[in-house]
Amino acid sequence: MSTLARSLSSPPPRGTVYGSLLNFRDALEALGDSVHRPPYQAPPKAPILYIKPRNTVSADGDPIVVPHGVDALEIGASLGLVIGRTACRVGEAQALEFVSGYVIVNDVSVPHASYYRPAMRFKCRDGFCPIGTPVPRDAAIDPNALTLRVEIDGVEAQRASTAGLIRPAARLLAEVSEFMTLHPGDVLMVGVPAGAPLARAGQCVSISIDGLGRLQNRLVAEGSA
Amino acid sequence: MKRARVAYAGAVHAAVEHAQGLQLADGRVVAEDAVVWLAPFEVGTVIALGLNYADHLKELSKELTVSTQDEPLAFLKSPGALIGHRGQTRRPADARFMHYECELAVVIGSRTRNVKRADAMKHVAGYTVANDYAVRDYLENYYRPNLRAKNRDTCTVIGPWLVDAADVDDPHALALRTWVNGRIIQQGNTRDLINDIPALIEYLSGFMSLDTGDVILTGTPEGVVNVNVGDEVVTEIDGIGRLVNTVVGDAAFGRT
Repeated sequence: MSTLARSLSSPPPRGTVYGSLLNFRDALEALGDSVHRPPYQAPPKAPILYIKPRNTVSADGDPIVVPHGVDALEIGASLGLVIGRTACRVGEAQALEFVSGYVIVNDVSVPHASYYRPAMRFKCRDGFCPIGTPVPRDAAIDPNALTLRVEIDGVEAQRASTAGLIRPAARLLAEVSEFMTLHPGDVLMVGVPAGAPLARAGQCVSISIDGLGRLQNRLVAEGSA
Repeated sequence: MKRARVAYAGAVHAAVEHAQGLQLADGRVVAEDAVVWLAPFEVGTVIALGLNYADHLKELSKELTVSTQDEPLAFLKSPGALIGHRGQTRRPADARFMHYECELAVVIGSRTRNVKRADAMKHVAGYTVANDYAVRDYLENYYRPNLRAKNRDTCTVIGPWLVDAADVDDPHALALRTWVNGRIIQQGNTRDLINDIPALIEYLSGFMSLDTGDVILTGTPEGVVNVNVGDEVVTEIDGIGRLVNTVVGDAAFGRT
């Protein structure tokens, strides 16, 4: 498909971008017993979401700015579900019918140790959410068996599979839509696996997911652009 | 000038306040209860503040697991959670503690990044009233307040009017109050904001661009009390507006 034809069939998402915290088993396990202690006191019960606001959204090839005083940024590779139809209280069995496509999302963060308070200052900087080109949903793509790979300067830095999700894509969408309607153009990230790699200014980050292509962005130091 | 966005006779209209209610941009004058009130501006990013009044911080301190606060507690909501004046908000049947929050909403009028306090107010288009409901039963200690507690459909009420910034002499001297079924149960004044409006704009723009239509809900004072199905909740800010909302049950939303 030509780039133009693809962009006509799959325009860039224009809705709200949501992330899912601690939805990979290994990411939750990495917190160990601390989930039973203050400030958390208990493991998450329902999906814990966060929002990547419109100022964060960027595209393949756009620079990611490393702020002054920050050594490296966390590269959060995620599968994004692009919502195609208004999804309110959808059942798990039907949930994927509300998904028009899949897309690679790079949920960039300034590393932060605590998940207790909302992390706007760490996750909502301009350009901190590069999003690739959506690929239409297709039975050949199983959202629960996709390999995510992160390469930094061409060297593999992380490999994970969506088989490790606590709530697989359909169940996540069903549980979220119980309390919050998702609208066409919204993107729901399924989660970021444990051990998100760090990248520094000057490095090139590439995220690939089976069947969804590749999302590449270079990190630049603040003030160097 | 007080501006609104309403649905009337099959279309969405810009409108302004009029002695008989509202005047649509096409000249028609209509009564307040003849229109469907929408959010009074095209909503961009919705930023909300927690614990931004000293008295409310004290009120909630017994249930907080971390008490120190060295920067504003800011979180995001999605435009889909918003409803307008005279709307209905769903109270889930299993909730034991759901409460309103009367808040001054600051609407951004021009793009800004890294603005300093002295210049921050230039980027304010105007003000409106928000009622930012929370269902405390669903709070969890991850990115708290989490979206399931604070970003539920119909649980952010906003309006009725966007009041031009030029028409508000001092946004830090406005009395706020909430009425439930005609009785005042929450009162405060924006002079008691911990982080005032220029401080919030400086803080936020220090890491993110703010743009036209972005809105900052500046937090609520003490006096949050549970509401029940059938309650009429009015959040009011002097000179800004009186925002009416009704709490309805699951049945109205086809949930049993």
